[in-house]
Amino acid sequence: MNESVLSRRSQWAEAVTLYVLCGLGALVISGLLVTVVGASWSDVWNALVDGSVRKPGRWGGTIGVATPLALVALGTMVSNRAGLVNIGQEGQLLIGAAFAAYAGANMVGPGPVALLVVLTSGALGGALWAGIAGGLRYWRKVPEVLSTLLLVSLAANVVGYGLKNSWLLLERGAGLGNRNSVSEQLAPDTRIPHWSLWGNDFAMSAVAVVLLIFLVSWMLNHTLWGYRLSVVGQNQRVARRFGIGETAEGMKSMFISGGMSGLAGGVMLASGDFANYRLVAGFSVSIGWVGLLVALVAGQRALAIIPVAFVFASLRTGSGFLASTGIERRVTDVVQGLIVLALLIPPAIMFIRQRRRALSASRSRV
Amino acid sequence: MGEFFSAVFEVLSTEAAFTAAARFAVLLAFAAAGEWVAERAGTLNISVEGMLLGGAFAAAMGFHITESVAVGLVCAMLAGGTVSMVQAQMSHRLTADPFVVGLTLNILVLGVVGFLESELKPSTRLASVVEVPFLVDLPLVGRALFGQPWPFYLIYVVVPFCGWLLLRTRWGLEVRAVGENPQSADVSGIHVNHRRRQSIYLAGLMAGLGGGYLLFGQVGRFEPGMVGGRGFIALVAVIFGGWRLRATIFGCLLFGSVLSFRLTLPALGYQLNNELLSSLPFLVTIVATSLFVRATRQPAALARPFIRGLK
Repeated sequence: MNESVLSRRSQWAEAVTLYVLCGLGALVISGLLVTVVGASWSDVWNALVDGSVRKPGRWGGTIGVATPLALVALGTMVSNRAGLVNIGQEGQLLIGAAFAAYAGANMVGPGPVALLVVLTSGALGGALWAGIAGGLRYWRKVPEVLSTLLLVSLAANVVGYGLKNSWLLLERGAGLGNRNSVSEQLAPDTRIPHWSLWGNDFAMSAVAVVLLIFLVSWMLNHTLWGYRLSVVGQNQRVARRFGIGETAEGMKSMFISGGMSGLAGGVMLASGDFANYRLVAGFSVSIGWVGLLVALVAGQRALAIIPVAFVFASLRTGSGFLASTGIERRVTDVVQGLIVLALLIPPAIMFIRQRRRALSASRSRV
Repeated sequence: MGEFFSAVFEVLSTEAAFTAAARFAVLLAFAAAGEWVAERAGTLNISVEGMLLGGAFAAAMGFHITESVAVGLVCAMLAGGTVSMVQAQMSHRLTADPFVVGLTLNILVLGVVGFLESELKPSTRLASVVEVPFLVDLPLVGRALFGQPWPFYLIYVVVPFCGWLLLRTRWGLEVRAVGENPQSADVSGIHVNHRRRQSIYLAGLMAGLGGGYLLFGQVGRFEPGMVGGRGFIALVAVIFGGWRLRATIFGCLLFGSVLSFRLTLPALGYQLNNELLSSLPFLVTIVATSLFVRATRQPAALARPFIRGLK
């Protein structure tokens, strides 16, 4: 064992030190920002904690926000694994929610079946929207980075159009004078049942999503499908030699990724934590973007999605309590961005340091 | 549908429409010219959106404090440069994924700018219109090209400058080498990631300037949503142009005129669907790139990070 290659324990120590330093750095910058505009950072911190978990009944709401975030992040992880950069979750989520709202308004059937149809059509909508980008990537060589981004703006307009026309999404029976573009409210039996726990109230979908995360995590790491996906993502030449169809796997992962974002949209609609069981203009409230950030922070560890999604959801629900501190609630957007940026640094530094050590080790061996 | 095409035809024959189209196109051109250089170095920066927005906000603050458009534009360039510095350092010194960094930067800049705007509330106005004598009287395009707010004319410097820099200087040759074959460039003594970082700085300065132009030449008042995905369209324009400058500028003109339909068509009295009009630019960019994208022209190392010894 060469001295210049670190032991596993000191590698671990290095990782922890770097993460702590970078995380602190992000927090210090955020604190400075808050102080510069003339608020006290401890007030802000208390307001955030109060609003997200401490005050009675708040953490149920935080779970309600964390659920779609986690779903979006999980989908992102699947397409990441295949080496695709799907960053249009915001649009896929919106289209999914629109499909779900359409199904909800036009379905007749017993409650549980209708709910299932609503959620499935949400997933279908998202998958379709991501599939467009996937198709352009594999058959027209349009980089999916750009097509997914452009499709976000398109999705907002498509849904906006749907919300103005009663044959699509607009609530029927709304008088001509009623210019509010909202969809029909989901019938009570097509809503996701809620669960009350110690004064906190959250939708059952949260539990289902946690189970789904465990399932997908297992599938990514222990099944043939997961393995194929990693091969395609890491080395396409090897994938070709092994006879793994890059297009087929890539498209599949794109569909799954979009489907999960769409499902997140459906869950947002059917859980009622957003906009009271109705689709409204701007329904997605950047859950898609934040979900993407959750995936970035979680990296390749699916289980890490759960805590990260909860933290990011806390920033959102906590921001509602910021008004009393005299600071704009948008400060949480800044904090979010800074945290993500800071957490991108440690793995990169560790990669470089490890390479340097390996290089000098191989040199001293010669 | 027929009505739509007759509307487009009428737009193409009025001076006001050309003026509006030029304004939109020039914003794209500022961003696209710098990004063109950066992409030829093998980098793909989706943070252009954030550079534009950062530039626009810094311009607003610069003007708010000093009451001078020129100072505002300088601030805009600095802000764009700052965003690009983060992008460049994180993705081409450290080895973080460039798309991840770019995306995070976009969200971060939007957050910072939205927050600061609501705290500081900068007040701004449009820059004064300067008419170039004689040229402004040209039929149809005279006012569009020579009767605009003065920051508009910077584009006549920026585009040739970027072209000259990349195609006529040693630095540009090295940048192109880095984009085509970083391994060979590295062996012949070019510091690959150095050149890439520099090209991103250039893209940042230009996009920042574009943001300043957006504020002083087009909108006049700062809003956090004012860029609205047009940075992405500028990126697409480079791809649409097959990584050549003239075709990229043509792409900017095309996409810019589609963007301007939203203003010009209703002004001409056409009652078109609002959603159709605002989604048209994105639809057109997607369709146009999928029809015309030619992967063979792509810089061979586009969007592939360079780490010495790893291929």
